[in-house]
Amino acid sequence: MFAATNGWAKTIKVGKSEAIHTIQQAIGQALSGDTVLVAAGNYAEKNIIIKKSISLIGEGYPVLDGEHHYEIISVKANNVLIKGFKLVHSGISSMVDIAGIKIYESRNVKIIGNKLDDTFFGIYVQSGANCLIMDNQLTAYSVTEQQAGNGIHCWKCDSLLIFNNQISGHRDGIYFEFVTNSYISENVSEHNIRYGLHFMFSHNDDYLNNIFKNNGAGVSVMFTHGVKMIENIFEDNWGDGAFGLLLKEISDSYVYGNKFINNTSAIYMEGASRIKMQRNEFSNNGWGLKIQASCMDIDIAYNNFIGNTFDISTNGSLVLNRFDHNYWDKYEGYDLNKNNIGDVPFHPVSLFSMIVEKNPSAMMLFRSFMTTILDKTERILPSLTPENLKDNYPFMKPLKL
Amino acid sequence: MKKITKYVIADILRNKIVLAYTVFLWIISFTVFNLENNATKGLLSLLNIVLIIVPLVSIVFATIYVYNSSEFIELLVSQPLQRKKIWISLFAGLAGSLSLAYFVGAGIPILIYALSSTGLIMLLMGLFLSIIFVAIAMLAAVITRDKAKGIGISILLWLYFSLLFDGLVLFILFQFQDYPLEKPMLLLSGLNPIDLGRILILLKMDVSALMGYTGAIFKDFFGTGIGFSIALLVMLVWIFVPVWLSARRFCRKDL
Repeated sequence: MFAATNGWAKTIKVGKSEAIHTIQQAIGQALSGDTVLVAAGNYAEKNIIIKKSISLIGEGYPVLDGEHHYEIISVKANNVLIKGFKLVHSGISSMVDIAGIKIYESRNVKIIGNKLDDTFFGIYVQSGANCLIMDNQLTAYSVTEQQAGNGIHCWKCDSLLIFNNQISGHRDGIYFEFVTNSYISENVSEHNIRYGLHFMFSHNDDYLNNIFKNNGAGVSVMFTHGVKMIENIFEDNWGDGAFGLLLKEISDSYVYGNKFINNTSAIYMEGASRIKMQRNEFSNNGWGLKIQASCMDIDIAYNNFIGNTFDISTNGSLVLNRFDHNYWDKYEGYDLNKNNIGDVPFHPVSLFSMIVEKNPSAMMLFRSFMTTILDKTERILPSLTPENLKDNYPFMKPLKL
Repeated sequence: MKKITKYVIADILRNKIVLAYTVFLWIISFTVFNLENNATKGLLSLLNIVLIIVPLVSIVFATIYVYNSSEFIELLVSQPLQRKKIWISLFAGLAGSLSLAYFVGAGIPILIYALSSTGLIMLLMGLFLSIIFVAIAMLAAVITRDKAKGIGISILLWLYFSLLFDGLVLFILFQFQDYPLEKPMLLLSGLNPIDLGRILILLKMDVSALMGYTGAIFKDFFGTGIGFSIALLVMLVWIFVPVWLSARRFCRKDL
């Protein structure tokens, strides 16, 4: 271990023209703190296991081939760096979670700038801490959920930083289970079969500036407290079970400055409590917010709701949330004192959205003369829609976000 | 036959009501598009005009016109002309002039302000609804000799198609909500040309919401080329069946 710090570290070169031809051999010779430099070329070396604190660096993206059978790199030591490789064709198994790069119970591991193509799981962190996963490209081509693994899969970790990765074609783009105090930032997760980001029992994590686009079921955050979701983009998540963002049993969290565009449902909330939802933009969604009556203390303020078919729908009459100070493009009230706040409250839940909630087939009557009349009468004399679900101070003009 | 159609069109165009209808549509469309800064919202407001006003004006005007020209029709019948041809050309004249009025009044503003697939489908549906409701009006007018009764029937039919039918659908939906109703809904929508037209427009307009549970079924059906063709075919049936029924009745009628 001292070698790493006292400057005795050496560099071992691997390549066709070098003395050492295989990575396995180089790792065998290396001591902790050494660097293994791999030249471009094809390396099919079965499972490469790293048990020393070394840096494994590829030059010109050497290809590590798992031959559809092996886990390509297994990291079982602290302070390992893996950089600049192209990992292709890992094995697929329904018994073990085979990954392109798998980290086993290690600290301070850095995975930087790799390309993973056609791997089962992409980068798998199991009981890791202080790891950095940055600038990687993960692509898979799976068709069914059973045959697919997750892009970046983290289980029982702490203090991870996942930054600027591009993930597509996996089951879940990024998967977090029992991961705490971590950042997910500036990643692009699209065209995954299930979720762009899947998040469970992972407390006090932040995710910022990510793009989640066109995933089978959007993004799902469940059974967690203390999550900050800031300035992400949720786009084009289409289908009945698809949500821009699904919040289930979430508490004490922030949803701030996100954009929800063109989703069937932008946000679906169930059993959520104490959430601040501010400065988000909801545009051109089928449903802006589906907020179940089991939610409480949700503070929805300073958001823009523009061009959604339904702004808000709910399934009961109990309302324990606040909807004040938003802009709704469907607001038809007036502003006599010109303070940019409408003088009459706005009821964002329409009668028809309640009908559709109870009986989805009624969607056939959407925008028909009769439902329009029903909606208008309901606005004047609310009887079926929850009367307390209203914005007392709706803005007259869209907010600049 | 052409001559009669031409005469009917000329007669209607000279009629100030249709001119007023055109101007009314024209003013409303321009107001709607200028009032809203985005064209989609303008189209949304226009949707109600297309689905309510257009059928109403078409059916009422056509019924009254048929009654008012009863002397002209009697004159034509006394000539060596087939009754069927007289009736068809009367229909062609009415349908042609009312769709022309719609095209000039609402179609041109749509083409100017909202030249998108949504706009085009709305234009097409408006034309279809104009023609279909003229056809239904002809049927209403041939059933009875009494003008007041005839106009009453046509207004009731309009009320049925634009309001009562949807009420019935809602009733059925809630009575049978324990059963899977998605496929019957497809069938039901075909039983009302206004509903069919509305769904076809919505498939372009509210596509995100229609990707939801039931909407997806409409999307899967009408969104495909085959489904869309079937929908258009159903619209054509809605033109041909009333015209055919009324023509048959007119041929046997004692004037």
